[in-house]
Amino acid sequence: MGLFESFFRASPNKSAVLAKERLQIIVAHERGSRRGSPDYLPALKKELLEVVRKYVPVDQSQIKVHLDREAGYEILELNITLPDEEPRSRRGSENLPGPGQA
Amino acid sequence: MATVIVVTSGKGGVGKTTTSASFATGLAQRGYRTVVIDFDVGLRNLDLIMGCERRVVYDFVNIINGEANLNQALIRDKRVENLHILPASQTRDKEALTREGVERVLNELRQNFEYIVCDSPAGIERGALMALYFADEALVVTNPEVSSVRDSDRILGILASRSRRAEQGELPVKEHLVLARYAPERADRGDMLSVEDVLEILGIPLLGVIPESPTVLQSSNAGVPVILEDGSDAGAAYGDLVDRFLGKNLPHRFITTQKKGFLKRLFGGG
Repeated sequence: MGLFESFFRASPNKSAVLAKERLQIIVAHERGSRRGSPDYLPALKKELLEVVRKYVPVDQSQIKVHLDREAGYEILELNITLPDEEPRSRRGSENLPGPGQA
Repeated sequence: MATVIVVTSGKGGVGKTTTSASFATGLAQRGYRTVVIDFDVGLRNLDLIMGCERRVVYDFVNIINGEANLNQALIRDKRVENLHILPASQTRDKEALTREGVERVLNELRQNFEYIVCDSPAGIERGALMALYFADEALVVTNPEVSSVRDSDRILGILASRSRRAEQGELPVKEHLVLARYAPERADRGDMLSVEDVLEILGIPLLGVIPESPTVLQSSNAGVPVILEDGSDAGAAYGDLVDRFLGKNLPHRFITTQKKGFLKRLFGGG
């Protein structure tokens, strides 16, 4: 590296910047899973599953609950994968009382 | 009313025992009746750092098991008045530290001491959890390095959820960051996380920055807490840290390099 370059570019490979970026990502991720899940998320997941099961036969593994925290607000993300059903059974479920009829 | 302070980090080798030894010594030097307890059952080392390894007769687990009383186990420091050391047991039985036992010993120590410093083992196992469970305040020792910062963040999570204060819904454990093994010239060069970087990630107040210094190893070789070494930059940094803990408003030293002049930058290399 020439004199010119070494003088005007203080440090060409700032690995500390990389360290900080990686840490910010991993720490945010670990804080999210640590603070989001312990208390009510498992119970919420279980109850939601029970409600959904009244209408559609879904499995425990078909429901994903994810809580994200951003500055000032939280996002609760629910992802329920409905099973591929025969049209007949879907029609059958329309007999059940549900929000659709309200 | 005694204050219980845990010195913790998650990661090993970052300077917990060095910090515990100097912090407790500094508090005692300033006139406070202080006891420092080694919670590292099976890997006792605080005695060695404090230079009292040959005076250990009974230990923490002996007291918990009722095999000795506190007065028999506490080692009075020969250099500093008001300072006592309670060594860890070398037993391999990690179950030896029971919550009830630790609580009983701490309650007895509260009668006679103003500050109880708990030197935590590394990790997040029983010894570490016991060391932090009863804490009122925590010194989180971190090095400017990715794995140490990540582990410190994890320990902060545990302090916030699994300490007695958290479980009982009391005021949270008061957290302090101790950034140890800091090399300002490497941070300036961009090779090392800076004080600001670590503060931004961990988000807890900075109590002290301890510079990387050969005197830390030298003093541990001699069994003298580095805070007692005259002329040591790390020792002076620990002195400032203790004063800050006790409420003094001191600027942070040893966090900047001496600025190089224009000509030196041009011709002096690196």
